[in-house]
This record gives sequence, structure tokens and C-alpha cells, in this order.
Amino acid sequence: MASLRCFLRSGKNAMAALQRSGFHSSAPAAVQMMVRDALNQAMDEELERDERVFLLGEEVAQYDGAYKVSRGLWKKYGDQRIIDTPISEMGFTGIAVGAAFAGLRPICEFMTFNFSMQAIDQVINSAAKTCYMSAGFQAVPIVFRGPNGSSAGVAAQHSQCFAAWYAHCPGLKVVSPWNSEDAKGLLKAAIRDDNPVVFMENELMYGVPFEMSEEALSKDFVLPIGKAKIERPGNHVTLVSHSRCVGHCLDAAAVLAKEGIECEVINLRSIRPMDTDAIEASVMKTNHLVTVEGGWPQFGVGAEICAKIMEGPAFNYLDAPVTRVTGVDIPMPYAKILEDNSVPQIKDIIFSIKKTLNV
Amino acid sequence: MSVLIEYFLNITDLVSHELPHFEGLFSRRSLRRCVSLHCDLHGLEEGPADTAVLTRDQGLSYYRCMQTIRRMELKADQLYKQKIIRGFCHLYDGQEACAAGIEAGIERTDHVITAYRAHAFTYTRGVSVREILAELTGRQGGVAKGKGGSMHMYAPHFYGGNGIVGAQVPLGAGIALACQYQGNGQICVALYGDGAANQGQLFETYNMAALWKLPCVFVCENNRYGMGTSVERAAASTDYYKRGDFIPGLRVDGMDVLCVREATKFAADHCRSGKGPILMELQTYRYHGHSMSDPGVSYRTREEVQEVRSKNDPISLLKERMLSNNMASAEELKEIDGEIRKEVDDAAQFATSDPEPPLDDLCKYIYHNSPPVQVRGTNPWAKLQSVSSS
Repeated sequence: MASLRCFLRSGKNAMAALQRSGFHSSAPAAVQMMVRDALNQAMDEELERDERVFLLGEEVAQYDGAYKVSRGLWKKYGDQRIIDTPISEMGFTGIAVGAAFAGLRPICEFMTFNFSMQAIDQVINSAAKTCYMSAGFQAVPIVFRGPNGSSAGVAAQHSQCFAAWYAHCPGLKVVSPWNSEDAKGLLKAAIRDDNPVVFMENELMYGVPFEMSEEALSKDFVLPIGKAKIERPGNHVTLVSHSRCVGHCLDAAAVLAKEGIECEVINLRSIRPMDTDAIEASVMKTNHLVTVEGGWPQFGVGAEICAKIMEGPAFNYLDAPVTRVTGVDIPMPYAKILEDNSVPQIKDIIFSIKKTLNV
Repeated sequence: MSVLIEYFLNITDLVSHELPHFEGLFSRRSLRRCVSLHCDLHGLEEGPADTAVLTRDQGLSYYRCMQTIRRMELKADQLYKQKIIRGFCHLYDGQEACAAGIEAGIERTDHVITAYRAHAFTYTRGVSVREILAELTGRQGGVAKGKGGSMHMYAPHFYGGNGIVGAQVPLGAGIALACQYQGNGQICVALYGDGAANQGQLFETYNMAALWKLPCVFVCENNRYGMGTSVERAAASTDYYKRGDFIPGLRVDGMDVLCVREATKFAADHCRSGKGPILMELQTYRYHGHSMSDPGVSYRTREEVQEVRSKNDPISLLKERMLSNNMASAEELKEIDGEIRKEVDDAAQFATSDPEPPLDDLCKYIYHNSPPVQVRGTNPWAKLQSVSSS
């Protein structure tokens, strides 16, 4: 089933890659890469490119990363550049920010973003606000990265999505990749960015393979922060999503295509700054908007999109109110049946689209 | 441990023709005075050297520095009462010897970070009184162009000015990590107060700093009160120099600029030699309350404040030492006072007349080196554009 899902998601990309490369007669050597390996490659390349870049966090060095994202980096770069920290989030996050003040370019890993709450003062008050408070004198080139949102069976304290929390704050950039290309291109961009970037990965995506174009495999493949990607064009309804839910949207779109409903699926890639123009342009074409996220509904990413659409030119093109598909407004339960029904499923997306289209 | 302070005259002063009116006053021999100064040690076999040299130039320099800080803080008090300065204003008068002594004990290329009682360090790290006062009054000529205010002033190798109690300590250790990483032989001095000493993130920082031997001098400015809470009511152990546990520590009189300087030099050498972090407690006192909204007398007596002022004032201490050892004359010091008064008055004049930042500055410097992004104003039609620094 996983491989079928994989094909569903990557099918479009494979066709595009084939057409782009111009080899219509023989299949190109398509490289499959898992999201974790794309992240690994991004960090490896940036560590090599700039000696000021270093990684710190719990288990990032000798354990190869709690989720093996930093596998091999310690062996290659050593103690000075890949640093195992004690379990001291507030302390090591502050240390990372201080290092960024003084000329280094740290990558600060949170084992999951749930633990970032221990350190959130350093992220917001010491990192995000400093460039502004100092009138541009003190830049803070730092990346905070780690898995965000729900996983599988890890229960309430380990399943929260922090997209809305961090994206609320000026001074931060907040990025949420979906596939391997996103992961690599956006992480490289985040590391090269001179500002604090919150980079939200997803644990369930780490092991999912995607096709990587030749361009994406190159050492200078960088995606712009603040630009969304249209993963699938369509005319009837706009689906806007980020992270893992993008895959669910594409799956829902594939099912609906058989019924003659063509969904335009937008992968936000960046939550802050958000590519409002892309959403508006799409809505002005399709006249219907459905947002899909894993996080809670109140004050969330979908809520923000609704507000933005209301305030902009696309409002007059809506034939129906915007629909938000979100996680259920509860702490994440443990039992599988409950957990499965706490997050948007493909059937919820299909149902919501049909309601929005009134079909 | 007693410390001998040796005073002698800078030989060039004797032959200098710049100050002809003093020729008759100075002895042509070096003068020595034994002064017993207390230094408590924790985890250290030896403390700072037991002799220190104070030259006339140094003495005048420290005097000028401390007096400028004093006058600047008192001017800020005045401007605050006139409602020209607003919001938070945490004044440093009484603690001058700490800032002056630390700056005297480190190199210009070393790094300093402190909490919100930061005006003095902003000055010692090279920002003019003008730019500090103009920042307090929120003008475009302020060191942070009016964007930061009292608690958020920055300069090369000076990282503020931090509003969240204790947050500056891990930041300081991070700066030290950068020094170690870059192998530049520099150290970081990370200051905090007796109140912040109970913050958990300090202990996390001590652990990592010791583990990784970060070249960080942790300095506790113990002024006996964390806002309105005396040390006895806040800390199970008020031996702040011992709170680093496995980190060696020393405690000195923070009202004596020479003690602070010597302790700082000792601590800086310790770090620079690769031995790892060290903790320094400076016993000091603030005359003002915690901030301008605190009269400072509900939790301590006026007599206590008066006692420190009359017996232990850092500027008076230095002045008396210099006068009684013929290192300077009263007239000379008075002349310096006059110069400082003028400097501070001019700075205040600038701070009150400089224009406020233009509204265009609202969305400037949210980011660094970044393409402009649209910034939402107070209403949907207020579409502003960010301008990044570069």
C-alpha cells in the first residue's frame, strides 16, 4: 500500500521528469531518495560548503540522530561540528542562538518540536526578535529543525503541530517541507538564510521515498523560502496544504479525478512568509478553496488562510465559503482507532471537497 | 586572602609638561600602600595575584568611566521623571565599579553580554552617552535607532541588553562556543544578577560550559535584591560563587574597581588558558530601586542605602585612593567632573531634540539580507513592505 501511495504521489513527478529530460525512448535512471536522506544530503553539503555551519542537539552525533537524519555526519565532520548535547533544551538552544550572534551558523535540532516548548523563549525572544530590536545590527543565522506534528502511537505529549505557534511570530521564517525535493531544497535555503528559520519535518515522512530530479541532486539546489508549489493543476477546487497532508490531498485528487472533479493541489512549503499570491491566483481560477492541515483548527494555518482570502481580491471569486480540514480539536489519543480518527483522512478531504462543491 | 595594592606614578607624568600645575605635588618616588582585600575562592587553589598596579592614567580613566556612568544614569532618572523616557528603565548607579572593572580586565576583542541593567555596559563597550540617552528617549539617533529601548542596545562584541531574566547566560556560553570554535583566543563575559542566579537555564549552561570547556566567565552581580526580594528570601544558598558547583568560583568586593579588574583578569586568563569556564561573584549595590517604577524603599531601609552611599561608594573609594596617594588633585578631578557633566548635558540635549524615527522604519529590519515581504498593518488596507538589513 505504501508503494502504491508512493506512486500516486510521485507519478506526476516521474512523468514530468521523463518529459523534461527528453528521453522519450528509454526510461532515465530515476533516483529515489527518502526524505531523511534528502535532509542528510542537504546538511552534508552545507557543512562541507561553509565551515561556520554546525549541528547540535540530542543524539545527533554518535547515535546518528534519533531518527537517523544525521547518520554519518559525525563520522565525517567530527566532534566540533556535530555536537551531542545533554537533555537541556533551554540551555542548548540559548547556546545555539549565542553562537549565531557571534558568527557561526548553527543547526539546532529538537528531537521533536514538542520539546521546543522548553526552549521557546530562546527561539522567540532571543532569536526571532533580535534583528529588529537591534535595528539590523545583530543578525541571527540559525535553523531550528526537527519532526513536527503527529506520528504513530506516540500519544498526546509527542504529537502536537507547532506550525501556528511559530508562524504567528514576526522575525521567524517557518518552513514545512513535504517531499524529498522540498526537504533538501528548503533545508539548504534555511541554512543559507541569515535569519532564524523554523524547519518543521515530519517523522512519518522520513522513510518515504520520492523521485529526485538531477537538478535536485546537485549541490546548489536551493528552493526559495516563501514560494508555494502547485503539485497538481486543476480547475474545480483549490486544495492548500503543507507537510504530510499534501500527499493526502494528492491521493484525494486522484480519486476525485475519476469522478471528473479536478483539484488543484498547492504545497505551501512555507508557512511564514506564506505564498498568498499563489493561493489567490488559484482561487480566482477555481472559485473554491479547501485547506488541509494536521494541526488543531483554532487559530491554525487554515484559519489564517481563510482570513487572508477574505481580505484579498480572491474573496469575490469564491462560490462557497472556505472549508478547513484539520486535526480534531483534542489532545492526541493513543488507541489506533482513536488516533486514526484524530487526523484528516483521505475520506475526510474527499467529503469536504464535495460539500464545498455542493456535489 | 589579602591583596596588596601597589600604587605608583606613571613615570611619564613626572616629565610631562601637560600638567604643569601638578609638578610640585607629586613625589618622585613610587608609593606603596598595603590594602587588605577579601577574595573568597571555590574550587581554586589560588586566586588573583596579590599585587596590582594602579597607574595614574588608569586611575583617571576608571574615574572618568565610572563618573560618566553615574552622571548618565542620574540624567536618565531625571528624564524619566519628566516623562521623556518611558517604559522600562533599570539604573546602574552604585554598581559602576563592576562595569568599569570588567572592561579594564578584558580585551576590546572579548565579548560581553548582560541582562536589562545594561546602560553602563553599553557605554563601556564603546557606545556614546548620546546614543544611549537617545535610545532611551526613543529617537532615531539612538544606538538601536529607537527600535530597542533601554533593554536592547547592541555594539560590536556586546550583545545587549536582554529582557528575559537568565536567557542571556546560555547566549553568553554560545558566544564562548563560537570563540572556541573559531580558535580566536577570545572569551565571553556573561553577566546576571542574584535573582537570575536561580534560573534553571543557568544550571543547564554551567553543565554544558564545563563539559565542553567553554571560555566563558559567568559573572553574578549580587546587588542583594532581585527586584524586591532579598537574597535570603530567594536563595537556599547565597554563596553565588559556589553555585557553579564543579565550576571554580571567586567572590570579590564589587564596589572596588581594582578588585573587580584583578578578579576579571584572573578569570579571563583562566578561560583563555583552556581550563574552561569560571564563575565570579561581585558583591555590589544599586542605589535606585529595581527600575524607575520602584522607589526601592519598601523592601530595604533608607538607612541601608545611605550607609552604602557614604561608606562604600565605588567612585568615592577610587577618588579617595587617588587623592590620598597624590595621584591626582581635587581640582583635576573636579575638572573631569565638569567635562562629564557637559558631555552628559549635551547628550541629553541631543536625546530630547533628535526626531523620533520615521514611520517608514516600522517594518525595517525584521529580517537580514532578505527580499522584501508584505507586512500586514493594523487593517487589511494597510499593506506595508519590510526592508531588511544587509
